[in-house]
Amino acid sequence: MSASVSTPNPQPTPTSTPQPTPGPALWRPVFGCWVTVYKRTWLGSVFGRFLSPLLFVLSMGLGLGSLVDKSAGGVGGVPYLHFVVPGILAAQAMWVAMGESTYQVLGAIRWNMKYQAMLATPIGIDDILLGHLTYVAMQVTGATAIFVGVAALFGSFGSWWVLLALPITVLTGMAFAVPIFAFTATQEGDGGFNILFRFIITPLFLFSGTFFPIDQLPAFLRPIAWVTPLWHGVDANRSLALGSPDLVGVLGHTAYLLFVIAIGGLLARHTFTKRLVV
Amino acid sequence: MTDPDSDLLLQATGLTKTFGNFTAVDGIDFAVQRGESFGFLGPNGAGKSSTMKMVGCVSPVTGGVLRLFGQDPATHGPQIRARLGVVPQKDTLDEELTVQENLWIYGRYFGLSRSEVRSRATELLDFAQLEDRARSKVEPLSGGMKRRLTIARSLISRPEILLLDEPTAGLDPQARHALWDRLFRLKRNGVTLVLTTHYMDEAEQLCDRLVVMDHGKIVAQGSPRSLITEFSTREVLELRFDTDDHAHHGDAIAGIGERIEVLPDRLLVYAEDGDAAAAAVHLRGIQPMSSLVRRSTLEDVFLHLTGRTLVD
Repeated sequence: MSASVSTPNPQPTPTSTPQPTPGPALWRPVFGCWVTVYKRTWLGSVFGRFLSPLLFVLSMGLGLGSLVDKSAGGVGGVPYLHFVVPGILAAQAMWVAMGESTYQVLGAIRWNMKYQAMLATPIGIDDILLGHLTYVAMQVTGATAIFVGVAALFGSFGSWWVLLALPITVLTGMAFAVPIFAFTATQEGDGGFNILFRFIITPLFLFSGTFFPIDQLPAFLRPIAWVTPLWHGVDANRSLALGSPDLVGVLGHTAYLLFVIAIGGLLARHTFTKRLVV
Repeated sequence: MTDPDSDLLLQATGLTKTFGNFTAVDGIDFAVQRGESFGFLGPNGAGKSSTMKMVGCVSPVTGGVLRLFGQDPATHGPQIRARLGVVPQKDTLDEELTVQENLWIYGRYFGLSRSEVRSRATELLDFAQLEDRARSKVEPLSGGMKRRLTIARSLISRPEILLLDEPTAGLDPQARHALWDRLFRLKRNGVTLVLTTHYMDEAEQLCDRLVVMDHGKIVAQGSPRSLITEFSTREVLELRFDTDDHAHHGDAIAGIGERIEVLPDRLLVYAEDGDAAAAAVHLRGIQPMSSLVRRSTLEDVFLHLTGRTLVD
């Protein structure tokens, strides 16, 4: 223990600058924390982001597509590639959102207690949610942009309107991320994630009009597709990417996605407070 | 209502915390002045950590009144937390990030600018003796280093009160002394320390004043020395016998010293003069396997007040 080691003087003297008062923008350092963590692992994740559209376009769009087009002349006169890729675009946002809203959130609550560390400072529950969800939105946006870029190289989209599908896809992802945040805060372990994955996310992926129009579903199943966010994202994306969008329909889908995000936000605030402020 | 700039930094009256039917903190009163070093001593489960979480404005108060800097945590939580430094019982560091990244990120939570955070971090790395580890990941660091980093992190906002929950639990003696040394420096610089511990030596080393807690209640308070004077004698004679049951030896030495405490593994004779008590035992022809005279400690105070030792 050398005597020359300096000691900070944390006691502010009356002449020192006043302590910064907590401002309304404290979600930003929360976002900054997640970005710093991401910088350590970005390479692997970006690689996966490029691989996923490649696999889907090759297998579903081109592989299965050639079969569908040959035997049925596409879907309603549209080549299967153009039909299926906008749907998968919405579905991949759901997958990314799910990936970002489960283990990392539970870890911050239970394992590394990142949230507790934040809550000991002026940061509050709303800052934690806003900062972390903004980071998730960044991830979904990045993945979606890469997906659109790669899929476009294969001629998957019929129109430049697909650029509008980008924000709608991000909203679709967030319409999953926000309610899943709320759900994760109620979990003790990762067992619930398996149920979520098997009984909600996977069926939605298969039956929300991603691979075939929901008219093909038995009539009693269609309302399920209508209430879940994925179908709204799929339908809006497809309408835009095919080039002659039904703009009123797209607006309706957007409004519904925003509604789900808002309800999810209220739920998340409730479950996060219940879990972290005891 | 107290003036926010007064020297009374922390005041609790009838402070209570319940979880369902369980009462963790049962109506306690205490106050801490600026510059003081104040401790909560008690065994695990006494309600120390629950008290600290309420004081840290992360756990809502169930009952009673709590004021920090004259403000109510229920209405001014973020404002109060901006003036506190918190060292939680369990480190909440970002293990996959570097030492300096941990400091930078945490400083930003207080709304400090990037440049301010960087200059303060350099200063604190020096204080925590972690300069040469600044760019290492946290995960492989030793327990003592992580603890010093947690303390450095808690100082980045230049807090007026530093809350330490079991600061040295689980550390080896060398690491504990290194940590105490850092805390002494802060204390000398006028930082108000509020800490919990179940180590009596830590309480004696660090606290100007402390309260002894048991089952959610405060059972005694004062300076370490005054508590010993009030609740114990100057010296203690410890006797061990080659037997499974020390109780019947208690009868044999009854009347020697002021008080006798029978523990499973030894007898404690409380006396002003321990050597004289040992001589009296010898005179009765009693042959203990070992006998030791020592000064009274807070452990004896605790034993006297609760009938139990601190670390079971």
